[in-house]
Amino acid sequence: MEYIILILAGILFATAVYNLLQKQLLRIIIGTVLLSHGAHLVILTMGKLKRGQPPILDDAVVNYTDPLPQALILTSIVISFGITSLLLVLAYRTAQENKTDNMEEMRGESNE
Amino acid sequence: MSNLAILPLIIPAISGVIVAFTNSHVKTTRLLTKLFTLIGLAVAMFVAYTVFTDGAIILETGGWIAPYGIILVADKLSILLVLTTNIIATAAVFYAPNSLSLRQETHYFYTFYFMLIAGVTGAFLTGDLFNLFVFFEVLLMASYALIVLGGDKVQLRESIKYVLINLFSSMLFVTAIALLYGAVGTINMAQIAERVAEVEQTGILTTIAVLLFFVFGTKAALFPLYYWLPRPYIVPNPVVSALFGALLTKVGIYSILRVFSLIFIHRTEITHEAFIWIAGLSMVFGVIGALSTNNIKLIISYNIIPAIGFIIMGLGIFNLDALSGSIYYLVHDMIIKSALFLLVGVIAYVAGTSDLKKMGGLIHHYPLLGWLLFIAAFILAGIPPFSGFIGKLLLLRGALSADEIAITLIALLSSLLILYSVMKIFIRGFWGEKDETKTYTKKPSLGLILPIVGLLAISVFLGIGAEFVYPSIEGIAEYLLDPQIYIDSVLKE
Repeated sequence: MEYIILILAGILFATAVYNLLQKQLLRIIIGTVLLSHGAHLVILTMGKLKRGQPPILDDAVVNYTDPLPQALILTSIVISFGITSLLLVLAYRTAQENKTDNMEEMRGESNE
Repeated sequence: MSNLAILPLIIPAISGVIVAFTNSHVKTTRLLTKLFTLIGLAVAMFVAYTVFTDGAIILETGGWIAPYGIILVADKLSILLVLTTNIIATAAVFYAPNSLSLRQETHYFYTFYFMLIAGVTGAFLTGDLFNLFVFFEVLLMASYALIVLGGDKVQLRESIKYVLINLFSSMLFVTAIALLYGAVGTINMAQIAERVAEVEQTGILTTIAVLLFFVFGTKAALFPLYYWLPRPYIVPNPVVSALFGALLTKVGIYSILRVFSLIFIHRTEITHEAFIWIAGLSMVFGVIGALSTNNIKLIISYNIIPAIGFIIMGLGIFNLDALSGSIYYLVHDMIIKSALFLLVGVIAYVAGTSDLKKMGGLIHHYPLLGWLLFIAAFILAGIPPFSGFIGKLLLLRGALSADEIAITLIALLSSLLILYSVMKIFIRGFWGEKDETKTYTKKPSLGLILPIVGLLAISVFLGIGAEFVYPSIEGIAEYLLDPQIYIDSVLKE
């Protein structure tokens, strides 16, 4: 099971890097979102998948899955969510001010 | 008693919230900001004094013992950097009202500034790898807001690049922590160090170490990961540039210092040997960048990179002299970089441009600024009575005793070129005939000059009072060379 998830994370990373290297700003942002998905999947997998019940205290259950990676992912999700929303607004303003969403056209001294 | 460790972190965090409420009254906000920053500085001094006399303060937050809860470790290295951070913050906060526009001040500049300080302090104090990631994000989020504050075209463009590169490296950081957790089963730094030592750093752990170095190297702008740094650092207000140049990359450097002196120390022939090469290349390429431009802000910005090379060089050589040189240089560089960024900000303000070709003869109008720049250039390059000299001397002594001749030569040569790149500002900007066609009417206010004088005075003291400072620095280097002290003090076995 871990191998399948890791391969999936690898595919996510590959798509993310491909998208990050594109010229259009929105596709780059999609790349960053995919990247964070990949990273979160890796955290989940590294805590070992499904070795017990959900980590909710119950007398009948003796074997729990690792709760720590889940807490880490939750933290990381909120952080990347915050950054993504900032990035979207930033991209909106940048595209408005520079009148382009193409990263190639955004460089150069002539713009300053 | 152990609650002392959290005070330097919690004071800016609470102050940031308070000044967010007083935001519309600029005068109250300025007054409160200065007051809180001075309190923070006094507290940091007191905590530093306690740590240096009584030893490290470990705070187990929530009362959970070390590997299970989050811990804050105020040891000699981290508290020294916290103190330096607070000194720079104080200088910046007295400079800020004179330099920022009213529009920037009323758009929550001071809140973001306090959050930046809280994030930097937290990153220095934490004893937990995931918590380090969280504090990195706290300081990066504040820095995103500060870099784009004002919303000029060029600011927006550069901040997009800055946010993207930092988001990428943050996600890699999360992945690296996940892999490390999979390999050793903990995220507490002391326990990771213990477990890595038990298995004597097998191949997978070295791979994770290199991945972590890649992450921190991106944050700290080392060769070949420095390409993002120079331009985003010059687009915001000078006071923001000064905070960034002094603090942000240094957090990356601190993380490298901590991780590679505590956890991954068993395969130095792979990791630390590579650091020496990376350090050499950082120096060469940073200096080439600094020489290539006529923009005075960009010259200072590029000068961050060779300085980071110097610090990493000491870690790569990893003996007592070189490590104490690294720490000395780290403190010296934080102070002098912020002073230089502030100074160049004033020069660009009075000259009305940051292009060297359009300046000349400024010394006839602004003699004080000229001589301040002259002294700052000497401090930066490491001319003997000043602080840069002691750090470089220790580094070079360490390098020679480890028979690293090539890096010694590169370091000496790049020091020469650093001096040339900053002197270029002095010679081309300040020398020359008095130009009657240009009228320089802008007078820099006392508020712009005093913080720079203060920072330079501390730098001069670090050089002249080396007898007084050096024993503490050497103590830190000895402490870093023996990770068992850190592990024992945290895990209390």
